[in-house]
Amino acid sequence: MFPADLKYTKDHEWLKPAGDGTATVGITAYAQDALGDVVFVDLPEVGASFAEGEEFGTVESVKTVSELNMPAAGAVLKVNETLGDHPEAVNEDPYGKGWMVKIKLSGELAGLLDAKAYEALVNSESH
Amino acid sequence: MSELMKTPLNAAHRALNAKMVDFGGWDMPVQYPAGIIAEHETVRTKAGLFDVSHMGEIRVKGPGALALVEHLTPNAVSSLALGQIHYTAFLYENGTFVDDLLVYREGEDEFLLVVNAGNSDKDFAWVQQHAKGYDCTVVNESPATGQIALQGPLALAILQPLTATPLAPIGYYYFTHGEVAGFKCLISRTGYTGEDGFELYCAAADTEAIWNAVMAAGTPQGLLPAGLGCRNTLRLECKMALYGHEIDDTIHALEAGLGWIVKLDHGPFIGREALLAAKSAPALRKLVGFRTFEKRDIARDHMDIVQNGQKLGFVTSAAPSPTCGFNLGLAYVPTELAKVGTRIQVDIRGRAVDAEVIPTPFYKRQK
Repeated sequence: MFPADLKYTKDHEWLKPAGDGTATVGITAYAQDALGDVVFVDLPEVGASFAEGEEFGTVESVKTVSELNMPAAGAVLKVNETLGDHPEAVNEDPYGKGWMVKIKLSGELAGLLDAKAYEALVNSESH
Repeated sequence: MSELMKTPLNAAHRALNAKMVDFGGWDMPVQYPAGIIAEHETVRTKAGLFDVSHMGEIRVKGPGALALVEHLTPNAVSSLALGQIHYTAFLYENGTFVDDLLVYREGEDEFLLVVNAGNSDKDFAWVQQHAKGYDCTVVNESPATGQIALQGPLALAILQPLTATPLAPIGYYYFTHGEVAGFKCLISRTGYTGEDGFELYCAAADTEAIWNAVMAAGTPQGLLPAGLGCRNTLRLECKMALYGHEIDDTIHALEAGLGWIVKLDHGPFIGREALLAAKSAPALRKLVGFRTFEKRDIARDHMDIVQNGQKLGFVTSAAPSPTCGFNLGLAYVPTELAKVGTRIQVDIRGRAVDAEVIPTPFYKRQK
């Protein structure tokens, strides 16, 4: 159900390590489904640094708003500018066109869930 | 957690892959797979079908029924013709809201009161408590009654082939009795979306068959099932009040901009003295519509209206508006800030964001 090559947080972000010390971050299919139609994604400036778990932005849907928290410490290399005009990409393609930021990791990855553990978490939340 | 209440359409919603939420103790669809924006736009341009079976129905009948309903509500009940409906409220002595409701005049001595789901038990108790001394019966018909709302410009075209009752002659806020898809219904030309449409009240056991018949008739014309998510954005664009937001037991009817349902010269009713007094004094606060200017500035329910760090008022309902294409909301503000064009600020998670008071309703259908 959830891509096996990604790491997950308990707050429903995903992180995809590129293998060169950088990683891409977004929210999971479960998160976008819970939010409903996404209408705005507030993303940080390139160059901003965040601690693990720190809020780096917000995602707004028609009915609610949710914080985005960094799955790992790092500095922002790139933000997904296309979400400005096409926030619906977060709903349509959360692991692809709906990515949010690329970061340079400043430490080791720790405490993230693999797909199986994340799926178990989601199943426990939705039942 | 106690078990959520279910409408007769619960299985139908699940079969349609609805996203279900706890809405005031009811297990209700917030949206279907199309999503809130698509459902909202479909109601504005075609038609949407809503399950509103959770609403409460209270029947008051007998020689004392008219006098009781007049005692309990501020609108002019005796002016209602048979088959006519009006919007009104139950008020406390201080003029604040027990609930808002629709009154249907079924007969000279018979009224159907349609109340909010979450207030249904409180309302029934309120009516019963005041019925002493009035020669009438008060029956809670909610559990036995299903209700679906077909809303949108295609509503009449979709519904007419399913009933022998001519629908076009039913005026806005009028109703009749007839059959839809072979089942007895109260057919009401009302709704909570700002579009033309019909609300069908039926026996709980018949609700699913009627729902399926309307879906089958309307799907080729673009009808979608529509959830509570778009019901909220649709009513917000039309500045229709929602209990717990624009109205509650701390806000009186005149502040809420509902002076038009308060007929002070129409004889005594609960809350009249307080509203007479309120009317003779300057209003301290008013319900206004506002918009923000940046895409990111999305106000939400219960946020503060601020100025120089001081809280001046509060947002009652707010959302990105699918029809208007900008972010809007309703808020209580001091009267001096209530004029259209006034700049106000909303505290959005610690940011004081510029907003402007704009005319309401935000959306009005072209007739």
